[in-house]
Amino acid sequence: MIKYDLAVVGGGPAGMAAALEAHKCGVNKIIILERAETLGGILEQCIHTGFGLHYFGEELSGPEYADRFIEQLKDTNIDVKTDTMVLDISQSNVVTAVNKTDGLLQIDATAVVLAMGCRERPRGALSIAGTRASGIMTAGTAQKYVNIDGYMPGKEIVILGSGDIGLIMARRMTLEGAHVKMVCELMPYSGGLTRNIVQCLDDFGIPLKLSTTVIETHGKERLEGVTIAKVDAHNQPIKGTEEYVPCDTLMLSVGLIPENELTKGIGIAMDPVTNGAVVTEMRETDHPGVFACGNVLQVHDLVDYVTMEAQIAGRGAAAYIQDKAAFENAEYISTTPGNGVRYIVPQKMNIHSREDIKLYFRVSAVYKNAKVVLEADGKVISSKKKVKLAPGEMENVTVPADVIASLAKDSTVCVRVEE
Amino acid sequence: MKKNLTCVACPLGCSITVELDDGGNILSVTGNTCKRGDAYARTEMTNPTRSLTSTVKVSGGAHPVVPVKSAAPVPKSMLFDCMKEINQVTLQAPVKIGQVVIQNILGTGVDIVTTNGC
Repeated sequence: MIKYDLAVVGGGPAGMAAALEAHKCGVNKIIILERAETLGGILEQCIHTGFGLHYFGEELSGPEYADRFIEQLKDTNIDVKTDTMVLDISQSNVVTAVNKTDGLLQIDATAVVLAMGCRERPRGALSIAGTRASGIMTAGTAQKYVNIDGYMPGKEIVILGSGDIGLIMARRMTLEGAHVKMVCELMPYSGGLTRNIVQCLDDFGIPLKLSTTVIETHGKERLEGVTIAKVDAHNQPIKGTEEYVPCDTLMLSVGLIPENELTKGIGIAMDPVTNGAVVTEMRETDHPGVFACGNVLQVHDLVDYVTMEAQIAGRGAAAYIQDKAAFENAEYISTTPGNGVRYIVPQKMNIHSREDIKLYFRVSAVYKNAKVVLEADGKVISSKKKVKLAPGEMENVTVPADVIASLAKDSTVCVRVEE
Repeated sequence: MKKNLTCVACPLGCSITVELDDGGNILSVTGNTCKRGDAYARTEMTNPTRSLTSTVKVSGGAHPVVPVKSAAPVPKSMLFDCMKEINQVTLQAPVKIGQVVIQNILGTGVDIVTTNGC
């Protein structure tokens, strides 16, 4: 068994930023365990630009954004093991991993940061009728084929789901000479960023069909076409609106699933809305010394927010390693999502925290000219006017330190939308 | 003639209408809620530009392609022509991040550079 102060599971943007931040806070023995052959996570295949506007103040491509952190890691004594799969984390924070050179590894870690990210929702999760022809894949798989492996997965493309990866792939495939026929979106609005709708679809005249889904796939060996249909207010296909669209490729951009198998294996409490762990303002889970950040905690819109969240977790892990006792004296209250708010991260906050705490949340529908209201013990702390609120844009509100100082064990903190 | 645009200057995504005369001169910009929207609409109508990212072939590298970007935005109308140029290049490994692949692509004054090593 090898002893480390901190083991970070996942070497994507979250894992790298958490490790670097803990290192900056004085943690000495840190190891990053990464499943893929390189650090960088999904950024390696996200070759489009637009990363880093908030954090670096410039527009970087995914690999460039990752490279900034990979270079910083080289200047530290942080150990990195790539091609290494973490299999289990024990109740006493022993991380079991496996790779080709070490075989089975056991790392006794004082603290663990979970930064495993997401995987894409696959076809199986959608129950679309039809055969199992080739040519049906997630948009991220197609992205890897084109951007890393260097080949085109098809010529006539239909994309289901208007998440950002789907939109980005619509442009990428078009630039490489494919014909992207349409992007279908089940919801009456797109979950993607406005900029991507404009620059990936409108620029190339690719139609976005809202309240539309794929109800059947056709073709035996290779996909030959899909049947699309309009859906009603309950997302059910409307009879008579079916339309056959010939295509050889169907790309799915229908959501991300946080990869929380390890988290659940420890028995950590989960939030059924985020599908991530329930965490405190330090991003500590309910298992002492285990922290979570990035897309494994909640799906983010921007990598800059992943980095910032990971830095909070890195600081939290460092604080835990340096002074466990302070954590034992913490008293937590829950943050409550009120009207129009789907979830809040962190779900719990320590009433003895001496610093401002930022609550990140998503609204449940599109609102225009609404107010974001923060309440503590039924009293309005702040009320901020917002011209537009949308589920696709993560929002935040700050609980000031002086308000936290006035909270008791039975206090309530609530964020709600007021129309 | 009227043209409808969605502003991308911020997440609000205002619907902007630009009115043009027969010579393509801008008569009015409406629907925007800030100055940035007005500027965005005027640029979009006169000289729209876009960042271009793609990949170029690499021989002898860890992967068959390496990602590239235009070091600055290029005219939107030249995206496909630029792609043709980019697709003709084959680099020899090892490739470094930030390496110039095509200098001054199609006379735009913009270089195509790698955004990863290979």
